[in-house]
Amino acid sequence: MAQPMRIRAKLKGDEVEAKILVQHPMETGLRKNVDGEKIPAHFIKTLVVKYEDKVVLESVLGIAVSKDPFISFSFKGGAKDGKLSVTWTDNLGETRTDSVTVD
Amino acid sequence: MIRQMTKSKEDTFNLDLGKRDFLRLSAMFGMAAIVGFYGVGEVRAAEWRDVDFNAKNLKDTLKSLGVDDYTMSTDITVDSAEIAENGAVVPVSVSSAIPNTEYMAILVEKNPNPLATAFTIPTGTLASVKTRIKMGETSNVLALAKVNGKWFAASKEIKVTLGGCGG
Repeated sequence: MAQPMRIRAKLKGDEVEAKILVQHPMETGLRKNVDGEKIPAHFIKTLVVKYEDKVVLESVLGIAVSKDPFISFSFKGGAKDGKLSVTWTDNLGETRTDSVTVD
Repeated sequence: MIRQMTKSKEDTFNLDLGKRDFLRLSAMFGMAAIVGFYGVGEVRAAEWRDVDFNAKNLKDTLKSLGVDDYTMSTDITVDSAEIAENGAVVPVSVSSAIPNTEYMAILVEKNPNPLATAFTIPTGTLASVKTRIKMGETSNVLALAKVNGKWFAASKEIKVTLGGCGG
């Protein structure tokens, strides 16, 4: 079961600053466990951020994104109490969406 | 969501296509349409492709991304600490001051697969993204930006004292 994301969206002037922290192992598939067995790859491949119904950022991720991915960016056109939602999908087909309102 | 993104790209694309292609593309959804886009060698919406992420050196990665040529530009920045103590978590910011930047990618030249992550940037979103990446060793980190079909880049060497890939 995927863990919830931590998302903050703060209105600064005419821009909303979004900070997203995803809880995900981002296993490369290159590491081995203590018994020398390969740890299978498990990583997020796509992450989409929407403000209300508009996509404000779309991202593709590889195994070189750190464990518990963090993404921060800003966009215009947002307002206080607007809804920001983030959806990721990983290489095992697991997906999760979380949302917050703009502060 | 991705489909919506794709749709907007499709509008751009179809300017170069015949009417029949337009109708055909319009009738398609999702992957089918995206395959069509690749065919005309344009940058697509953020779609995860094996060929991009599995490329094993900078040259092949650039080729896969459709970058024939790029210009080093002071309008593009790669911001990070000079030295990353832990290669598993290297905070990096990339940004472009060029208006209408539509896509940005972060490439780590000496990683086993240089492409770390890429962003499609819709109108209204600032071309400035901060994230955290893994680096196997000290390397140049390249920020690539696509603006109106042209590629711009900036590079910065980040020193890594403890590698963060594999192990």
